[in-house]
Amino acid sequence: MNWHKKTLYMSCALALFLAGSACSAQPQVTARPDGSIPVMDLSYAPDYKAVDEMAQSDVQVIHIAQVDDINSFNRNLKKPKGVHLPPAEDGLRDPQNEATHILAAPKPAFEGLPPTEFGNRVDWVKTLDDKKVRPRWEKEDPDAEPFVMDLDIVRPVKASVPDVVFPHRQHTEWLFCSNCHPAIFIPQKGANQINMSAILLGQKCGVCHGKVAFPITTKSCRKCHSKPKADDWKPPLSEVTLKNPWK
Amino acid sequence: MLPKMKGRITWRALALGAAAWAAMLIAPVPAQAEYGDVVINNYADAAGMRPAVFSHWFHRVRFRCKVCHADLGFQFKAGGNKITMAKIIDGKFCGACHNGEIAWSVENCGMCHSGVPGTPTHIHGSTAQTLVAPPHQPLLAPAAAPAPAPKK
Ligand code: HEC
Ligand code: HEC
Ligand code: HEC
Repeated sequence: MNWHKKTLYMSCALALFLAGSACSAQPQVTARPDGSIPVMDLSYAPDYKAVDEMAQSDVQVIHIAQVDDINSFNRNLKKPKGVHLPPAEDGLRDPQNEATHILAAPKPAFEGLPPTEFGNRVDWVKTLDDKKVRPRWEKEDPDAEPFVMDLDIVRPVKASVPDVVFPHRQHTEWLFCSNCHPAIFIPQKGANQINMSAILLGQKCGVCHGKVAFPITTKSCRKCHSKPKADDWKPPLSEVTLKNPWK
Repeated sequence: MLPKMKGRITWRALALGAAAWAAMLIAPVPAQAEYGDVVINNYADAAGMRPAVFSHWFHRVRFRCKVCHADLGFQFKAGGNKITMAKIIDGKFCGACHNGEIAWSVENCGMCHSGVPGTPTHIHGSTAQTLVAPPHQPLLAPAAAPAPAPKK
């Protein structure tokens, strides 16, 4: 065996050995099939009365995301490994269900549609504008035309990000006035308090953006924040600063 | 070839190491369904059916949002519509189209009830879901816990 091969084998063995040692260093507590923990050796604490502290819960705990690995880097930003997986492989649908295999797969359906880098990775506004798809406006009537209103609402943002332009046209291509007014937005310019925290938590624009309409990612900021600030723009001073006599 | 150490410990560490690497390579990856897929599991699991999965992408290619969210009264909230089979057969919610006229009808149970059993109601890939740690317990305790009672 030559020197190179030997080094390679040895480093493999070392990697395995280190990983194994690290794993075996974890406390050796194995749960019994019913979920309780085996009684420990308590000879060193004769007064302690052991109780089975892991009572059977009557509510099944459901984890949407795994949060056990608390100190891992970017633990909440799991990178998707594949895109547009067929239903049987997407992890949400059960491959043991026969009908899962006849459900439509997204990949062939999205072919030729204008791409984006987020959400479905399809620019739905452009898809509709280019008439690549013809979604119905009325359930039964394929020819009904949407009630489109072309009105941009500019929302100046106090922070140094570009101002937000809310375009009614693109929205009314898909939605009806009653979807937003008055439940989500009072139909009056500036009458609604909107901020990013609310949006990220699924309120205001976040009722749709971040769930079905394009999501809020670092790549989509400019879709909403689309009006650059004027060259002479300065951040507004807060009221406290304005009232400060020592300014 | 192997480092001369206490034999058993070395082999145990090696075996565990191999297992650790293998686990890392074949560990289950989180669901990678399409953005906007909705799992609806208000009643399905408790009734012994797979949860229903609704894909927004498939429907928005065919209908604008307005059809379901304005005309049919679907709320903008996963699980917020309290859909039951009775309502669907009555022509409400999904039943407005899945009636054998506009789209295939309710005999095709598995087409909708295709979710992995036990998946909670949620919208897949939502921004809030990726940013906020989920509650460790469902906010509303289900009336009948789906977990089988431990045999005693
Ligand atoms: C996607 C949600 C959405 C839809 C759909 C929508 N709007 Fe709006 N609308 C808004 C927002 C957001 C504002 C801005 C409110 C603000 O600035 O606080 C607004 C503002 C308005 C205003 C006030 C404009 C002004 O200058 O004060 C009117 C009027 C209005 N909408 C009418 C309509 C009509 C009519 C429709 C249907 C054709 C419609 N909207 C559809 C979200 C929507
Ligand atoms: C769905 C549209 C939308 C997207 C996407 C979006 N924003 Fe916003 N953003 C808004 C709205 C609306 C406001 C409130 C504007 C106002 O004050 O009237 C806002 C406000 C802000 C503010 C001011 C502080 C605050 O919380 O109100 C900052 C900073 C900001 N956005 C940064 C970002 C960044 C960074 C991104 C990308 C990660 C982003 N936004 C993506 C709509 C959006
Ligand atoms: C009722 C649902 C809903 C609400 C609320 C909503 N949007 Fe949208 N928005 C949509 C849909 C649907 C689209 C179509 C694109 C898509 O699905 O990705 C869209 C598209 C857009 C676009 C893209 C336009 C383009 O040309 O690409 C912008 C910008 C936008 N929304 C901004 C906002 C802002 C800002 C708010 C909050 C003031 C908001 N939206 C609230 C549903 C909504």
